Amino acid sequence: MARLNVNPTRMELSGLKKRLATATRGHKLLKDKQDELMRRFIELIRKNKALRMDVETDLQDSFKDFLLASAVMSPEMLEEAVSFPKENIMVDIKKRNVMSVNVPVMNFIRKLEGDEGSIYPYGFAQTSSELDDAISKLYGIMSKLLELAEVEKACQLMADEIEKTRRRVNALEYRTIPELKETIRFIRMKLDENERSTITRLMKVKDIISKEA
Amino acid sequence: MPQRKGCVIYMFKIAVVGDKDSILAFKALGVDVFSVYDNEEARRTVDTIARNDYGIIFITEHIASLIPDTIERYDKEIIPAVILIPSNQGTLNIGMSRINDNVEKAVGSNIL
Repeated sequence: MARLNVNPTRMELSGLKKRLATATRGHKLLKDKQDELMRRFIELIRKNKALRMDVETDLQDSFKDFLLASAVMSPEMLEEAVSFPKENIMVDIKKRNVMSVNVPVMNFIRKLEGDEGSIYPYGFAQTSSELDDAISKLYGIMSKLLELAEVEKACQLMADEIEKTRRRVNALEYRTIPELKETIRFIRMKLDENERSTITRLMKVKDIISKEA
Repeated sequence: MPQRKGCVIYMFKIAVVGDKDSILAFKALGVDVFSVYDNEEARRTVDTIARNDYGIIFITEHIASLIPDTIERYDKEIIPAVILIPSNQGTLNIGMSRINDNVEKAVGSNIL
């Protein structure tokens, strides 16, 4: 393992010791963060998967009805029927902090214009019942679709963050901390060696002085 | 431009991008519908609506498969959320495989 390129002095030693303490603490914290993120992520991704399967089958159902409707009705009529929606859907997005990842929290805001009750923006006289089915199904799916958007986005962001955290943890664990330990050991050895050589030198000098006397 | 820092409540619109036959039904619900046909048009449309206060962009898998780079660009942003939906020709399973990719990225192997 490579050791850092530093002078073997007492000052460097105390500096490195401080760095090692910080790195160890950082490593522990990051590891905890990674574990918690992973736990939440796995919870969320399961939900995401189930939700997506649900939404995909429901959507395809609705599309089938719509396809039927477009087969029965003329395209101009169909477009005219849907082109002036009674509703206006907005979404209110807030951020929530989950283990330092900002995940979105979405809320639907539906605004009905005019009379309440009917969700269909057209009269029943010139449209087919398949269109009604398609629209009402789609209306039911919309809230699930929004939940899917929220969960899927959160999963994406969390996956990125987990990857980042894992890299940091690994870099600290396998690179920074061993390097620091190695260097600290090296400096300590060097200092001990210096001390020993000083003692021998002193003994030698003492010997010479006592012989002369 | 909506404020994106902090907990400011701001209304975002919802967009659906795809081929016209698949997404016309969404129009009846008051969602903004953008019909596109080729990848150049799709890219331009997605980029334009991403800048224009849209919080969620639903895009059909057929169109999304033409512009993977553009979709990827918004993966790291909180807003907008680009979500794939199947079109009326069925699903291409891109949405599912994206979930699996996320799992692999986070965990290291596919555990689901």
